[in-house]
Amino acid sequence: MLRIGAVIVLVGVAAAIVGPFLTHVDPAAQDLALRLAGPTSVHPFGLDELGRDILSRVLAGARISFLVGLTVVSVSSVIGTLLGTVAGYFGGVLDDVIGRVIDVLLAFPGLLLAIALVAVLGPSLGNVLFALTVIGWVGYARLVRGQVLRAREFEYVQAARALGAPTVRILWRHVVPTVIPTVVVQATLGMAAAIIGEAALSFLGFGVQPPTPSWGTMLNGGRAHLLDAPHLTVFPGLAIAVLVLGFNFLGDGLRDWSDPKRHRS
Amino acid sequence: MTRFLLRRLLLTIPVLLGVATLVFSLIHLVPGDPVQAMLGDSASPQDIADLRGRLGLDRPLLVQYGSFLKGAVRGDLGSSLRTNQTVTAAILERMPATFELALAAMAVAAAIAIPLGIIAAVRAGTGVDYAATTLALLGISMPNFWLGPLMAIVFSIMLGWLPVAGRGTPAHLVLPAITLGAPLAAVLARMTRASVIEELRELYVLAARARGLSFARAVLRHAFRNSLIPIVTVFGLQFGAVLTGAVITETIFAWPGVGRLLTQSIAFRDYPLLQGCILLIAVTYVAMNLLTDVAYGLLDPRIRYE
Repeated sequence: MLRIGAVIVLVGVAAAIVGPFLTHVDPAAQDLALRLAGPTSVHPFGLDELGRDILSRVLAGARISFLVGLTVVSVSSVIGTLLGTVAGYFGGVLDDVIGRVIDVLLAFPGLLLAIALVAVLGPSLGNVLFALTVIGWVGYARLVRGQVLRAREFEYVQAARALGAPTVRILWRHVVPTVIPTVVVQATLGMAAAIIGEAALSFLGFGVQPPTPSWGTMLNGGRAHLLDAPHLTVFPGLAIAVLVLGFNFLGDGLRDWSDPKRHRS
Repeated sequence: MTRFLLRRLLLTIPVLLGVATLVFSLIHLVPGDPVQAMLGDSASPQDIADLRGRLGLDRPLLVQYGSFLKGAVRGDLGSSLRTNQTVTAAILERMPATFELALAAMAVAAAIAIPLGIIAAVRAGTGVDYAATTLALLGISMPNFWLGPLMAIVFSIMLGWLPVAGRGTPAHLVLPAITLGAPLAAVLARMTRASVIEELRELYVLAARARGLSFARAVLRHAFRNSLIPIVTVFGLQFGAVLTGAVITETIFAWPGVGRLLTQSIAFRDYPLLQGCILLIAVTYVAMNLLTDVAYGLLDPRIRYE
């Protein structure tokens, strides 16, 4: 599972980096005479409603997906780890305040809050990144808080405290390293969630705006042509499903790999 | 039990207050003047002043907040800017469609996931298990805004078996329910598998087998029954995902529910209606979580004393 996931993700990364150079077709170039044309040897994924090459747009869209995934995951994981560590280690009022904020944000299921935020802030890539980060950090914070609650009772942490080590040093050297494996697994699954989140917002028309090639925007464009040009829907969706499957395989595999109970059984 | 119930209810109050506060703040997050954004650039200063007065945005922020909370408690969330219908009435009108879709999706999910999860657990580590696990992961990875149109292409356009959009007959429900239920089925199948595997390791299953019960009976009568508590919990907690998924599914299949009302309110910059839809979905989700918690407490006495 881990290997299959790693291979899919690596192929995705390679496609995003070198893909656009291999196709030699500008993803924005229009050929209106050939609009909605099906797959051919020249255009393996066919052409869209404006006669643009779908393969080159799918490859360019991979860059947007990775950009969104990496940005949302890195910012969310840093904020979530920081706040979760503070809440779990110090407890008291800080824990109460952070805990209540987490409770309130978790009261909005899935993408709902992101949809609401993008709806009022306006559709743009920046607002998508902001909205997905607002809902993204909560999972890390909750997870890290639970782990830190346990870690602060470890004997070596108590020993460091008894020896008078500064709190920042205890957190940085002894507590945070214990939560890193869990955060890495969560971040891998978070990449999948962020990619689907961006695509969903763009599909609804609240995310990345045309002509920027995002997979969700491409699927939105394909809705009007289900009858006459299903390839507009098939290929961008396939790209999302495969990449997300890769990250889910990788996340699941990493979780199994890092779980000592599984090794024993 | 009464203490447990009271404590859970009390814990819900600050969450609901936080949810209402966040929903209230939404309109104030609109860049620039929200009234100008709603009416567009061509609106006259008189129109802008009138709407500002109608929405109460000309009052001090704290007064606006107080009146929003008071209205929310009484179910008065203002009126839609587009249709003038009260937000509560508009939502109540659409709610049966959303609940119908959500229930159908959950039924589809249970019908697929529970047998799949049990088979995967019983055959753990074999090819059947890997196939079931991969299928479940595929279900989670496949976005419903792709699955929906794909099924519409195959079953409505190519085969002509099912209607592509709208609500009315049971046939209209099939594609939206599968689209919405598939990711839930995937999560549920994984949970069922893990939960049944856990129970199969227990000694009471061995004891049941030693008493001469067939393997199938030991699994279904004993292991599966005991693994139902976490499965039911996940089912309840996934209701939120179903509500959010409904926003996308209802948009794809032109299903006249609250989700579609929400996307329409965004398209028309109908902020009071948007606030109402978001508040309703979040409050339903909180209520569902509360019910799940209470049900869990009823089923498992250990939870009540934690």
